[in-house]
Amino acid sequence: MNHIVCLAYVPDTETKIKIGADGKSIDESDVKWIVSPYDEYALEEAIKTKETKGGTVTVVTFGPAKADVGLRECLARGANEAVRIAADGLAQVDSLGVAKLLAAAIKPMPFDVLWLGNKGVGTDAQTLVPMLAEFLDLPHVNLVTKLEWKDGAVTCWREIEGAKEVVETPLPALIAAQKGLNEPRYASLKGIMAAKKKTIAVKTPADLGVDVAAVSGDKAAVRWTKLELPPARQAVKLIPADDPAKAAEELLRLLRDEAKVL
Amino acid sequence: MAFGGVDFLGIDDMLSPDELAVRELVRDFVESDILPIIEECAWEGRFPRELVPRMAALNLFGATISEYGLPGLGNVAYGLIMQELERGDSGIRSFASVQSALVMYPIYSYGSKAQKDRWIPALGKGEAIGCFGLTEPDFGSNPGGMRTAARKDGDSWVLNGSKAWITNGSIADVAVVWAKVGGPDGKVRGFLVEKGTSGFTTSEHRMKMSLRASVTSQLAFQDCRVGADALLPGVEGLKGPLSCLNQARYGIAWGGIGSAMATYTAALDYARSRKQFGDRPIASHQMVQEKLAFMISEITKGQLLALRLGRMKDAGTLKPEHVSLGKRNNVWVARECARLAREILGANGIAGEYPVFRHLANIESVFTYEGTHDIHTLVLGQAVTGIPSYNPPAP
Repeated sequence: MNHIVCLAYVPDTETKIKIGADGKSIDESDVKWIVSPYDEYALEEAIKTKETKGGTVTVVTFGPAKADVGLRECLARGANEAVRIAADGLAQVDSLGVAKLLAAAIKPMPFDVLWLGNKGVGTDAQTLVPMLAEFLDLPHVNLVTKLEWKDGAVTCWREIEGAKEVVETPLPALIAAQKGLNEPRYASLKGIMAAKKKTIAVKTPADLGVDVAAVSGDKAAVRWTKLELPPARQAVKLIPADDPAKAAEELLRLLRDEAKVL
Repeated sequence: MAFGGVDFLGIDDMLSPDELAVRELVRDFVESDILPIIEECAWEGRFPRELVPRMAALNLFGATISEYGLPGLGNVAYGLIMQELERGDSGIRSFASVQSALVMYPIYSYGSKAQKDRWIPALGKGEAIGCFGLTEPDFGSNPGGMRTAARKDGDSWVLNGSKAWITNGSIADVAVVWAKVGGPDGKVRGFLVEKGTSGFTTSEHRMKMSLRASVTSQLAFQDCRVGADALLPGVEGLKGPLSCLNQARYGIAWGGIGSAMATYTAALDYARSRKQFGDRPIASHQMVQEKLAFMISEITKGQLLALRLGRMKDAGTLKPEHVSLGKRNNVWVARECARLAREILGANGIAGEYPVFRHLANIESVFTYEGTHDIHTLVLGQAVTGIPSYNPPAP
């Protein structure tokens, strides 16, 4: 069974985000980049399945040259090949554009399972999974926490509101991982040394026949116009509780007049 | 907030992508597997043995060896492993140093094929633990005076003597033991003594105030009989153990920087958030800034030194006196940083909620083990004057 895993290279979830000078992008200067955690679940499942059933794992990302570090980390964990669609120098591409680029890169590649995380933790748009499945004309199962392989099909347990849904899909299919699917492994030093010898195939949007101008910048369907940080938390106001009746009165007053929640 | 490293001078630009990847891997491991448990381990005086298989899965043991399925890393990557482990804890770094540099290295370099086949894979996978017996109760800086003796008796060797301050001693499956053959003026030879061999016993050093998350033991040999195949065939004389120590000390030059990074980062974070005299952080105080400036200066110089040693080691131009320079300087840096960090933290500097006092106590051991600070001073003195002060020529 052959696997393709799409991954996003995103700011570490512990990054303190700063807004860039243009007011609509993030300041990337002190950002540590990581493979998106949900994509790590997808990669781990693909590698585990490869280890028991044979086949290969190819990782694909759309990103600038620094994303090669993330791809190498995936190779070090056990992926066989890596493809990067070069985003260097491009204006912002929205999820629809990313889906088109990934679909164009994946179409000529043979695979049984296409894996993604259910979301990236970068922009958290959560739209890529169904869009990519549509472009590739694949069935997709999202938010998967458990799998059972059958001949030419797979049974998936997926999380829905307050319950688990069990569905079966024929292969090839797109499966999107949810937290809880597995515990991603560390790479090993041996893996890092082996990954060092591999080449990452870099493709430009033009190589893939995608007119990137039509899906990026002003032409993107979703454009970022402004970024704002959440308002800073205000200092805690302590109400003296010497006289409980007075304290309750003061609390009510504050909730009504200052917080305006009553 | 995850540890983002200390790199004032952009030294990362001098590291290769795979060296950076190795460092990130070990850094993540330290962050998620060591730091959450290490204060408790040190408090309880417990070596977290559960980490051994995890470290082995990452290939942290024997990482510079390229045979036996081991990764064959360069020396800078190896140094970065030691740096990151010691940012966690000097005791954990000591475990890895001993396993790799003092046990796997001599077996790999001086062992017979049978010895290598038996031990290198097991030690690399963490299925076996090793220790290194050179120091004796009465012989530390002067190992050549050792009393442990090995006598040939028919087809076997008989060992008598004792070793002290042996990291991993009582948990080791195999001890690399150095003993004199042929009387007090005889040659030093290495022997592999397995746990459970009759006449070989161990006991732990109790009440240690430092390296509490690591096992330190005495080894005793009383008519301990081992086969002829226990002898390490490839080396004789003190250069055997000293070559191993040279490997380990090289790693400690990096480890010291890891410890210093830990205490510096703790002090910087604390100074930024601790407020005194109005609503100003103590980081705004000149005397606090002076301490932080000293720390970052010394750490940065130590990083450059360690990196240079690593590049020289890869190029084959590294001499023992260079390693002495690195071990002596960088452990001193760690010791000074720990002390200054403890001052910046005030009362919190002695509290177990911060890593500072643990590092402060640990580095006291590192300061005098693997060649004391003073002995490395004399190695440097000899290197520049040509005169060995511990054995000066007659006037």
